Amino acid sequence: MIRILLLTLALSLGLPAGLTAQETPPDPDRSATGGAQTLEDILRRQQGLPIDDRFRRDATGDPSVAAPSTDQLGTLGGASDPELWRALRYGTADVTASTSTPGATLLMQDSGAAWLEFREGPLRTWGGYAVLGMLGLLILFRLLRGKIMIEAGPAGTTIERFKPIERFSHWLLAGSFILLAITGLIVIFGRNGLIDWIGKDAYANLAQVSKWVHNNVAWAFMLALILVFVLWVLRNLPHYRDLVWLAKAGGLFSKHSHPPAGKFNAGQKLIFWSVILLGVSVSASGLALLFPFELPMFAKTFVALNQIGAPGWIGMDPLPEQLTPHAEMQLAQAWHGIVAFAMIVIIIAHIYIGSVGMEGAFDAMGDGQVDLNWAKEHHSLWVEEVQADAKAAPKGATPAE
Amino acid sequence: MRAMYLAFAAIAVIAVGAWYGLNEAGFSSAERSSGDAVRLD
Repeated sequence: MIRILLLTLALSLGLPAGLTAQETPPDPDRSATGGAQTLEDILRRQQGLPIDDRFRRDATGDPSVAAPSTDQLGTLGGASDPELWRALRYGTADVTASTSTPGATLLMQDSGAAWLEFREGPLRTWGGYAVLGMLGLLILFRLLRGKIMIEAGPAGTTIERFKPIERFSHWLLAGSFILLAITGLIVIFGRNGLIDWIGKDAYANLAQVSKWVHNNVAWAFMLALILVFVLWVLRNLPHYRDLVWLAKAGGLFSKHSHPPAGKFNAGQKLIFWSVILLGVSVSASGLALLFPFELPMFAKTFVALNQIGAPGWIGMDPLPEQLTPHAEMQLAQAWHGIVAFAMIVIIIAHIYIGSVGMEGAFDAMGDGQVDLNWAKEHHSLWVEEVQADAKAAPKGATPAE
Repeated sequence: MRAMYLAFAAIAVIAVGAWYGLNEAGFSSAERSSGDAVRLD
């Protein structure tokens, strides 16, 4: 799904290098216009089809063979004004700028409009529907299944599920993610959503605060991602019994099914790896946005994807391997949004099942102590492991609970 | 719940620290995007 989105995105961002090879007519006959554009060019452009524009893309003047400025048709610098403007239009002019950003010397670039249309169109629409869809599914699940209770009832005794450092890391990740999600949604749904409700002045302040929070809380998220990975990666390695858990959907849809699970069941492992992989991806694109033009990564990614033939898997031509600084930023923003929406959808479900959706679940991250019967029903193998460790502990050792 | 409150406090500390630290280290947008001919102070 993500790969399809990536390739769709690449296409929608006006990166037609691969397409032009297929759809551009080879060597169009422009003799009738003296080499300038033809009626066919105009008609193709009106239909949104690519044209072979080398006749003007490359017509930017050549001072080495130009007539001297003293000649009747000579020009200062060896290039005429139209030639200079063409060079600016196609990004080949020798521009000097007082700012030091790499994008400053590229005055015109083609992918901006397509990026804006993607951001204001499919990204927000699909992303918004995905979030609402997950909320709808959870409401439906609640109506059909109700709150998942401890089937044997609370045991009254507890067992330590997560140590303080684990809970700290979880909440560092969770708290920062929620702040990033809310502020990210404020930014993306601002101009065509919130402004209509609260007005431009109020939104200006809200956007300013959101931007500050988003840019700076991001570091807490990245730190927490590392902590959580280090703390839990060994416990989240795949195991064959995960297949059993998945086959029974973890017993979520039946009241008397409790497939055995270790400290983390297969559902939690899926959440873990989703958070880690998507978290790394959203962090990488986020860093590219935090340090504009300094961390271009999409051209390199496309080279790698082309090398393994990824675009061909879905019948696409190779992805463009040369991107303007602006296109890099646009792709970073679009990808950041896609991954963020995916994470929001997943985490909404995680929040539900870890809080109001299941009796006793929140305690695991609340004070770290969970009811013994809850633990036996949802993490039976882990309980056996902890109890075996407690028995094997030397005399005088303090039991977990 | 102490771990949760500590984590939330840490988020605030990290955020302010990142903002202050990056600006002090010369990573403000103004400094990163201006050329030698620009005086920011």
